[in-house]
Amino acid sequence: MQISVTVNGRVYESDVEPRTLLIYYIREHLRLTGAHVGCDTTSCGACTVLLNGKAVKSCTVLAVQANGQEIMTVEGLERDGELHPLQKAFWEEHGLQCGYCTPGMIMTACELLERNPFPTEEEVRKGISGNVCRCTGYVNIIKAIQSAGHMIAQQDKEPKNQSEVVPSGN
Amino acid sequence: MAINQTELRPMGKSIHRKEDPRFIRGQGKYLDDIVLPNMLYMSIVRSPYAHAKIKSINTEAAKQVPGVKLIITGEDLAKMNLAWMPTMNGDVQMVLATNKVLFQYQEVVAVVAETRGAAVDAAQLVEVEYEALPVIVDPFRALQPDAPVLRDDREKKSNHIWHWEAGDQESTEEIFKNAPVVVSQDVRFQRVHPSPLEPCGCIADYKKGTGRLTWYVTSQAPHAHRTILAMISGLPEHKIQVISPDVGGGFGNKVPVYPGYVCALVASIQLGIPVKWVETRTENIASTGFARDYHMTSEIAADENGKVLALRVKTIADHGAFDAAADPTKFPAGLFSIVTGSYDFKQAFVEVDGVYTNKAPGGVAYRCSFRVTEAAYLIERTMDILARKLGMDPAELRLLNFIRKDQFPYQSPTGWTYDSGDYEKTFRLALEKIGYHELRKEQAEKRARGELMGIGISTFTEIVGAGPSHSFDIMGIKMFDSAEIRVHPTGKVIARLGVRHQGQGHETTFAQIIGEELGLTADDVLIEEGDTDTAPYGLGTYASRSTPTAGGAAALCARRIRDKARKIAAHLLEVGDEDISWNGESFEVKGTPSRKVTMGEVALAAYTNVPEGMEPGLEATYYYDPPNLTFPHGAYIAVVDIDKGTGVVKVRRFLAVDDCGNVINPMIVEGQIHGGLTEGFAIAFMQDIPFDEDGNCLAPNWMDYLVPTSLDTPNWETDRTITPSPHHPIGAKGVGESPNVGSPAAFVNAVVDALEPFGVEHIDMPIFPWKVWEILRQNGVAE
Repeated sequence: MQISVTVNGRVYESDVEPRTLLIYYIREHLRLTGAHVGCDTTSCGACTVLLNGKAVKSCTVLAVQANGQEIMTVEGLERDGELHPLQKAFWEEHGLQCGYCTPGMIMTACELLERNPFPTEEEVRKGISGNVCRCTGYVNIIKAIQSAGHMIAQQDKEPKNQSEVVPSGN
Repeated sequence: MAINQTELRPMGKSIHRKEDPRFIRGQGKYLDDIVLPNMLYMSIVRSPYAHAKIKSINTEAAKQVPGVKLIITGEDLAKMNLAWMPTMNGDVQMVLATNKVLFQYQEVVAVVAETRGAAVDAAQLVEVEYEALPVIVDPFRALQPDAPVLRDDREKKSNHIWHWEAGDQESTEEIFKNAPVVVSQDVRFQRVHPSPLEPCGCIADYKKGTGRLTWYVTSQAPHAHRTILAMISGLPEHKIQVISPDVGGGFGNKVPVYPGYVCALVASIQLGIPVKWVETRTENIASTGFARDYHMTSEIAADENGKVLALRVKTIADHGAFDAAADPTKFPAGLFSIVTGSYDFKQAFVEVDGVYTNKAPGGVAYRCSFRVTEAAYLIERTMDILARKLGMDPAELRLLNFIRKDQFPYQSPTGWTYDSGDYEKTFRLALEKIGYHELRKEQAEKRARGELMGIGISTFTEIVGAGPSHSFDIMGIKMFDSAEIRVHPTGKVIARLGVRHQGQGHETTFAQIIGEELGLTADDVLIEEGDTDTAPYGLGTYASRSTPTAGGAAALCARRIRDKARKIAAHLLEVGDEDISWNGESFEVKGTPSRKVTMGEVALAAYTNVPEGMEPGLEATYYYDPPNLTFPHGAYIAVVDIDKGTGVVKVRRFLAVDDCGNVINPMIVEGQIHGGLTEGFAIAFMQDIPFDEDGNCLAPNWMDYLVPTSLDTPNWETDRTITPSPHHPIGAKGVGESPNVGSPAAFVNAVVDALEPFGVEHIDMPIFPWKVWEILRQNGVAE
């Protein structure tokens, strides 16, 4: 089946089997391998992407259902060489270890902060409860998401070219 | 707050991780991200029966599926002598079943096709005719004389695998005979599963032209896997390159060689095309290495004042259908004999019997440090039972019996030499920080009002860093580990290690060790692991051994480089070697500190201006055979409240004070603790893999086998004391598994403590609400 999907602002025209899951379309057709597969029962959320701005588990959506829709994956977060505040905050707060849940976790957090820029700890816990992490015990993920909320608010206040201090490294 | 990677003297600092920039961008490279030209996909047909004869296998319909390239059965493998493979515990394991299956979800047929979908379609069309056989799921039943023998391939015609023991039986019995106080408790540590978020998988890529196999695999021990693969496949070892790419969590699940790996390998060799196999979550839980499943009886002999005298432990270990527990060769029950814990017992006797049942193989996994989880849980549980019997506060009982600081190095009655510890200091910090005495007061007041509050303690000793070559080997290979460090002309470094991280932050922490030793920043040092063509041989990452073994190797290797660098520095500064001292950041002339050269300057000279007769370049290799294991310890305290209407246990507070000696990166250690406590919490309250009487696995997915979400997980409080390991080059001990080893006992002790008014002495994990509710109901308090 022919589909047309906008992913991270770019339009892709693809021929997919109707049964192809969105996660495999993104990973194998588009070679965007940030989103991961961690389960087979829609439990883990490692495959989470934004579909028209809503966080969805892309293992439980068919690629054909995304026809004509807009998708954002973790690869689409960085803008003009600048990390998204959530990416910075996960780095700074040690919100990841093996990194396998990270792309899905960050995308869920994206939608959460869109709805609720300054979530309480309880609100973050509830907001990311569809995303399983096996490494961090969540504590630092919660800190990172709250910190990102404040970074975004700060950014919105400041002139555009003012950049945050990012940890150095590769 | 973390700091950046470009500071000098990086040891001990919470440096931001070097691996994060790729992971937060979705640029990690995990197994299933790798796509090779013409790559095929493999799917496995699994047994629906726990125990059955295979009467026939019909693959005709499967072959008709478009895109199917190869179907492999056990008979096909038998012709290559590959239907069975050796395991790390000295047993053999079926790769694909030939005449019978021994557990549900066992591998029966492998199907290789051009797409993922075609492979799954074809696998569903394979017809296997079974004849059901009697099933054994209870290990005690397995040992009865009339029990059907599951493993008819073995000479020994029983389900008993082995008997293992440690300690002095006679003296222990003697003490028990005369002891004024004896407590005894049966304790089961239930079967659980490590369930890393990324399941297991591999790509086998055999090229006929070069005769070389490149094997990408989710591996915690790529070098060991290369050697095992060479042994079982007959391919020469230099023609096998094992690459363990980014690994999405291991937790012990990715140590063994699994049947799927061997099938993919055979398929690629036959077809000359890369073959990818990635298991599903269900396959991961139902067929790969489980953890625990120890049925233990613990007895403590003590005097009237609560001084412990002797410990006696008898255990039945359910190993499933094949004994594939990932243990060092001489330790079929791992390091379970650490079970005397943090206490000064005069004598102990520990025995374990391994038993076959119709279940998936495994046993050693999930932050267990080779069965230390079971050992720590058992002793910490039994100490509480002893405290109850004596009417003592469990904290007082522990303080009375701790091995004292001045007793280290301490010889345990089962043969271990504990390196160092200050148990009282660590425990007192925990008691003070959580406000133990106030909590007991609060508890008394609540009890008077009929409310249920419990306080649980676990003061455990770990044993990690296997291990010294005199005792420790994996299939004959001594359990050293290694580092190879190469300094470039501009003073930047590439270093490779024989371990393989799965999220533990080695790319950062090993750069800190090496940076510290060489006067560089962590950013100056690139760490690589996991490619057996390039990294020095090591035994891999599991059992919290990376810091004890490869961490030692990295420091000593860097010092080897510094020794050579000193000579070059002397040459540059035109003084004798003996006149040069190292100030932590540069070499200086003794007495004239203004005359100095940095490692960067020395590195350039190593390629441009070495002293006459010296070999150019600046690099070294070090294979470190540790003199002993490291024995980190901790004091954990849990505070729980129980809802009388539902039996739901709420963890109000949990404090973990860990002592892993010198800390390389506090931020990373804290992350390890958070993760491990979350696992311990899940084990205590949520996780179990039960089987029905027909051997059906009742929790083969994440709908039934529960992994904690952010809503389930308590908020963790942490602290530390520092008691360095005297034998380790940088005084560091392992720590990754301590939180899983130490925490289950604290949770269970807290719940039992809360239920003390009802005479509850023990509850087996997992403590589901219905178990607590049943106790409350029986006592007429369930609301």
